[in-house]
Amino acid sequence: MTWALDATLCAMILAVALATVLGRGVFRAIVFFVVYGLLLALAWVRLDAVDVALAEAAIGAGLTGVLFLAAFGRLARSGADAEPPPGRVNIAAALASAALTGALVWAWVALPLPGRPGPELAEALPRAGVENPVTAVLLNFRAWDTLLESVVLLAALVGLWMLARDEAWTEPLGLPQHVRPGGVMASFGRILPPVGVLVGAYVVYVGADRPGGAFQGGTVLAAVGIVAALAGLVRPPRVTRRAWRAALVAGPAVFLAAGLGGAALGAGFLTLPERIAGSAIFAIEIALALSIAVTLAFLVIGPPETGLEDQ
Amino acid sequence: MSGVTLYALTGAALVGTGFFGLIAARHLLRRVLAFNLIGSGLFVYLGAAGARGGEADPVPQALIITGIVVALSASALAVGLIVALARARGRAMLPEEDVGG
Repeated sequence: MTWALDATLCAMILAVALATVLGRGVFRAIVFFVVYGLLLALAWVRLDAVDVALAEAAIGAGLTGVLFLAAFGRLARSGADAEPPPGRVNIAAALASAALTGALVWAWVALPLPGRPGPELAEALPRAGVENPVTAVLLNFRAWDTLLESVVLLAALVGLWMLARDEAWTEPLGLPQHVRPGGVMASFGRILPPVGVLVGAYVVYVGADRPGGAFQGGTVLAAVGIVAALAGLVRPPRVTRRAWRAALVAGPAVFLAAGLGGAALGAGFLTLPERIAGSAIFAIEIALALSIAVTLAFLVIGPPETGLEDQ
Repeated sequence: MSGVTLYALTGAALVGTGFFGLIAARHLLRRVLAFNLIGSGLFVYLGAAGARGGEADPVPQALIITGIVVALSASALAVGLIVALARARGRAMLPEEDVGG
């Protein structure tokens, strides 16, 4: 029975992925990609990776979908949404793709079976300061990865902002939104944010002990901000606002401070000694969730625009 | 065939599908979508590899969560570049591929 469920799910994932690549029309491809993200979140639950499932549902299906749909709207304003008619079938590309898939399948069969998660992990986990092993890996054992990742997010945002035109730099982020009063978007914009803030804060808070954490919760909070901005309820801030810039760097800053704290206590940079690990991870998680929420929301809303150039 | 192997094969097929889209698609937005398919296919492959030992290994899971967030930020930058290109040229295609259509 479970095998049938897995097989059906995998077949649906593959079908939707193929539809994303082969189907006609860019808009349709984006819609298929959102469905793909949701199905993939189910696959992660089946693989016993609930933390990843939460991240996939919130980011892979949610924010990425909004990002692409918003970009499609902007391309349509520039008249660049139409797709060229398909050329001849690209046989070389099909062969190369089949070879790539074949190599991965071969690697799967040929690789030796790994043991259970190493005994080092089970030994270190009680000293990590949190119960959720994924959070322990993210914010303690492999803190370097996560710290650098939060910096990568900032770098992407700086890169995106560099695309803004000079005359738009002092404008609020993104395009001005016009929403029909009393319409669906306006109503959603009122109903969703309170629920979303509650869910996001909860997911961040429980991340220490159960599935959840700064990434998943921060993404939900980012989605709240995006919905409120799309509904025209809040105007996105300007790039020049210092408070928002501080929110962007709060996560990496607190993370670095905790890392230096570990060094000062003699454990080494980014190594959290057991007695402060729990509270340090909690502080990092709150600050990181704030920074991730603001950074992801700004990444999706886009660089500052006047909204005038295309009319 | 166990469930984990099934997901690994699905991941491998997703990588191939995305790779084909990356080469064959001409609209740049579709290329970024295809690139995301490659990434998520690799995540599924890695996640299945982590679940092979019988219990879910948290280390690959943490790497995958990191990867998902980085993929979004890279996509956002790529999409921003595409929108800027379309504003400048009126087309969302690479110049050397922009023939006919």
